[in-house]
Amino acid sequence: MSATASPKRHALLRKRKDIAFQVVAVVATSIAIAMLVLLLVDVARRGFGGLDLSLFTNYPSRFPDQAGLKSALVGSVFVIGLTAAFALPLGVAAAVYLEEIAPNSWLKAIIQTNISNLAGVPSIVYGLLGLEVFVRAMQLDRSIITGALTLTLLILPIIIIATQEGLRAIPSSFREASYALGGTKLQTIGAVVLPMALPSMLTGTILALSRAIGETAPLITIGALTFIAFLPDGLRAPFTVLPIQIFNWISRPQAGFHERAAAGILVLLAVLLLMNAAAIILRNRYQRRAQW
Amino acid sequence: MVTKKGREAPPAPAQRVTLPEPAQAAAPPRADFALETVDLSVHYGPRPAIQHVEIGIRHRTVTAIIGPSGCGKSTLLRCFNRMNDLIPTCRIEGKVLFHGQNIYYPGVDATEIRYRIGMVFQKANPFPKPIYDNVAFGPRINGLHGNLDELVERSLRRAALWDEVKDRLKHSAFALSGGQQQRLCIARALAIEPEVLLMDEPASALDPTATARIEDLIRELAGEIPIVIVTHNMQQAARASDMTAFMLAGSLIEYSSTNDLFTNPKEERTEAYITGRFG
Amino acid sequence: MRQSAALSARRRGRQLWFGLNTRSVAEGAVQNLLLLASLVSIVTTVGIVAVLIFETVEFFQEVSILEFLTDRQWTPLFTQQHFGIAPLFTATVLIAVGAMTVALPIGLVTAIYLSEYAPDRLRSIVKPILEVLAGIPTIVYGYFALLFITPILRAIFPQMQTFNAASAAIVMGIMIVPYISSLSEEAMGAVPRSLREAAYALGSTKMEVATRVVVPAAASGIVAAFILGVSRAIGETMIVAIAAGQQARLSFNPLQGMETMTAYIVQVSLGDTPTGTIEFKTIFAVGMALFLMTFLLNMASRWLLRRFREVYQ
Repeated sequence: MSATASPKRHALLRKRKDIAFQVVAVVATSIAIAMLVLLLVDVARRGFGGLDLSLFTNYPSRFPDQAGLKSALVGSVFVIGLTAAFALPLGVAAAVYLEEIAPNSWLKAIIQTNISNLAGVPSIVYGLLGLEVFVRAMQLDRSIITGALTLTLLILPIIIIATQEGLRAIPSSFREASYALGGTKLQTIGAVVLPMALPSMLTGTILALSRAIGETAPLITIGALTFIAFLPDGLRAPFTVLPIQIFNWISRPQAGFHERAAAGILVLLAVLLLMNAAAIILRNRYQRRAQW
Repeated sequence: MVTKKGREAPPAPAQRVTLPEPAQAAAPPRADFALETVDLSVHYGPRPAIQHVEIGIRHRTVTAIIGPSGCGKSTLLRCFNRMNDLIPTCRIEGKVLFHGQNIYYPGVDATEIRYRIGMVFQKANPFPKPIYDNVAFGPRINGLHGNLDELVERSLRRAALWDEVKDRLKHSAFALSGGQQQRLCIARALAIEPEVLLMDEPASALDPTATARIEDLIRELAGEIPIVIVTHNMQQAARASDMTAFMLAGSLIEYSSTNDLFTNPKEERTEAYITGRFG
Repeated sequence: MRQSAALSARRRGRQLWFGLNTRSVAEGAVQNLLLLASLVSIVTTVGIVAVLIFETVEFFQEVSILEFLTDRQWTPLFTQQHFGIAPLFTATVLIAVGAMTVALPIGLVTAIYLSEYAPDRLRSIVKPILEVLAGIPTIVYGYFALLFITPILRAIFPQMQTFNAASAAIVMGIMIVPYISSLSEEAMGAVPRSLREAAYALGSTKMEVATRVVVPAAASGIVAAFILGVSRAIGETMIVAIAAGQQARLSFNPLQGMETMTAYIVQVSLGDTPTGTIEFKTIFAVGMALFLMTFLLNMASRWLLRRFREVYQ
């Protein structure tokens, strides 16, 4: 009497389990992809009708078919442009310092851990920070500049981490060659290292800005309004951005507004698609040239 | 010429700058040294890399430093242009005199030293820039006035690379072969017109043809400036150098004219190394 | 001798005194500027902590901690004010748990498939798609939850409310899948080939190698990914603000609407609450709780990840 089931049957069972698992795995992977497809199809179906010229030329309105994104788009352009202007230099400067200049000290370790921490803080907490510091303490009001400063702090860790990785990937032999020719640290960084790190810097920045474009919660918290029927007249002006306008339309009960919201989402996704495509093209172009 | 153990001497190097007579090889006056170390010791953290090395590099000679891996020859070389400063755990004791002045004296600008003492590395490391910009890099960051084109051409000629690249100066340096890239690095180092040239195993990654060209180049350049070359290839040292230093476990065992060292080594350890009993 | 004498002249800068010249002074100044840039991150953290502590302390001068922790109602915006965080807290946790029951199986199994089974070509198609999922703004997911998932669920469960926790949890789970799958895949990729080969050499099937060798070996990395996913779910705002509703209700019923901590902050920010009032301070008290929760989770995740890397590197 054999104590266990026959080895052959056991092997067959195991093989069946393997195949079953593969099926399950494919199904699981497909669920995620299917959800993406469903989302895109639904947005396209509902939003396509709302994609007319008035979407871009009109201000928000009580009437769905007249509601437009003009103020939101302009607001987004201002805020993101300003955010990029603040965050890119700051982020690159910090990354260069941490990766190329800072000696391995306790201060550097604290800063690095701190940056990783900041990357995991919920975005709405940044909104609270911006509310208290920029709106109230610095008296900058619920304005474009407040929004830009808040978003800068939010995406700074992303830019720093991406740039640091790009710098780290550069072999030290290039730096040594520059030093051996009498270059100073800053000269080496400026003339050799940064040009080589440019692709990953750009990719990281574009990804960070993509995130910033879609951010809603922190801007609501600092007081970006949801119904603005005029264009901002300066940096201290009240404003709204594209995702907040979409949020406003989703929150209304009329189906017409839901159509407009879907159309707005199409615009948002199109912008993101363009930006990410640009990032990928840039990355590929530079990777072809750089063969180190 | 047959020596003690009956082996053949390595072939005498072909064309060389005239050597000082053996009698004078002992201790020429200080001013004759371009570079000199005085009781030089280097530690990486707790680990000693070089101990109490005293060596003098003479003008217009090629000096080879040989020894098994880990003996400290690269460390010694990098002391000459203060490249060891870049390693945070490195501790240096003793002096390195460049034209009689200690380059490790506090307050001396290391980048100035590196600008006057050039270095070529083991693996060719041209910048991912056009050939022209590679050679022009040194002069540019050091604030050159004057004719850059002429300087670039002159450096490429001295490195025996001009004819091969003169039509494609704007092409990327990475398009060149390994041997060409190394000659480009030599041109790059020559462009700042160094007073001494240091070479850390410059041909170890190259095929024999490319190696031979580099060795020819070294002999030509030695007519103008002293060259210190670290090599693990004894035949290369015998072919290309005038003076040879043998190092072992961080100490300088023997230092004399190449001819003497290879045919009549004074130290037993030197002989053991060059006859291939270890290393 | 040197032919371009002009080279020496300009490079050193003007000598100031021994060893110091204008060039080294300029270098030092620039390096200090770069140091300041990297200190901005420290200032940010200090700012966040200071702001939260300041307002929370003021909040607790008017509301007792006991009430905050034990009262079962949260009604700061009503006339009869209750300040118990329990409804917000349970909503947040319930939806996060729900999201993870969706994200963990799908994410982990997807990771196993990509790491152990999928041919390279398939990987190169699926991975970018998952990255797209990760890049979609959460407002779009909120739209999807309210206007696509909820109607479908209501057709199946007629008693489901328009604003409900289940839709939000499901969609949030989908949003988190890419994080779980990419981090788990990284962890599994770090497991050395030799372990797999040993198992294959003993006659194991692929599934057995994956589930009995690779996943256990990558366990701390996978758990770290899971914890990070929970942290993400807790801090997520727009999906819950849109789909789960803005009625603070202490409930464990996913068919009902409930307000999370993040959704409450949005609710107040959209309104006209004047600064300095107790209602205003509530958003900071809630924000503090939120920050502490995510901070602790992130620390735990990073600690686990570090331990995992120590083993395999």
